[in-house]
Amino acid sequence: MKKIFKKSPLLLDPVTHYCPGCGHGIVHRLVCEVIEELNITEKVLAIAPVGCAVLAYDYWDFDTTEAAHGRPLAVATGIKRMRPDLIVFTYQGDGDLAAIGTAETVHAANRGEDLTCIFVNNGVYGMTGGQMAPTTLLGQRTTTCKSGRDKKRDGYPLKISEMLAVLDGVCYIERTAVNKPKNVILTKKAIKRAFVNQIEGKGFSMVEIISQCPTYWALTPEEAVDKIENEIIKETPLGVIKDV
Amino acid sequence: MIRIKIDTEKCKGCGLCIKYCPKGLIVESKKLNKRGVYPAEFVRGKDECTGCKSCAIMCPEAAIEIIDDEKSNDKK
Repeated sequence: MKKIFKKSPLLLDPVTHYCPGCGHGIVHRLVCEVIEELNITEKVLAIAPVGCAVLAYDYWDFDTTEAAHGRPLAVATGIKRMRPDLIVFTYQGDGDLAAIGTAETVHAANRGEDLTCIFVNNGVYGMTGGQMAPTTLLGQRTTTCKSGRDKKRDGYPLKISEMLAVLDGVCYIERTAVNKPKNVILTKKAIKRAFVNQIEGKGFSMVEIISQCPTYWALTPEEAVDKIENEIIKETPLGVIKDV
Repeated sequence: MIRIKIDTEKCKGCGLCIKYCPKGLIVESKKLNKRGVYPAEFVRGKDECTGCKSCAIMCPEAAIEIIDDEKSNDKK
């Protein structure tokens, strides 16, 4: 009897608090698998955000700290400068990275800090009740824009990855999704690449992962993954945005 | 023969494994688990499981293990 697939030992046993079908669980597992494969468990330090993934330290068996809302990249900068031997990465959602933490994000990227940023983008504020986020797409309905996001009233969605790609300090940005097995495999490759860049000291790397939020998109998990495939990927195409 | 083992107490019944199993070998169980959801269940169908891992890759809870009964475990 041989186990072809089993979960990484770095992913702890408790059942996550995420809703059924949420993409966070998949990304948590991918991060653990990459850290295990690169054999950096003792050197890695994660910074959890405020948002749905706020309790990430309950699920990971490596050092994790917590930062104020939006500030993981600022905290990561401090840690990395004091302890350059550590592999520091932040795990952030769109409310954390693209709304309250935009300034910290832009400046950490612009300074070219040697960090890895995992950006999980689901287009709504999941933890607080599904309000409109900066990354909500035009026409997408949330609890604070019931008739859909309107460009006149609410402005256009913020394309953080494209925005950061023009900065000189950034070495690698890729947008991926976790809506089907193929995209999950590509996401794992992108996360691995972002960690390897940091080990080689190349500069700021970010992976934007489009994730499903069935609860606040008011869809079943099956419909939510189809929505990513049929609607969201057309608006925000997947692929490598910057690679130096 | 390859089979999958689903941790039914961890399963939240999201159905992503059912959606992405190319052979249709995973169905919703008729029995509730302790969380009060109908977990996924592995069934024997016309085709055999090929061990493509699609279900395990998509499971947000990492509740699926894939086991090959014929190959022996090298590490033990």
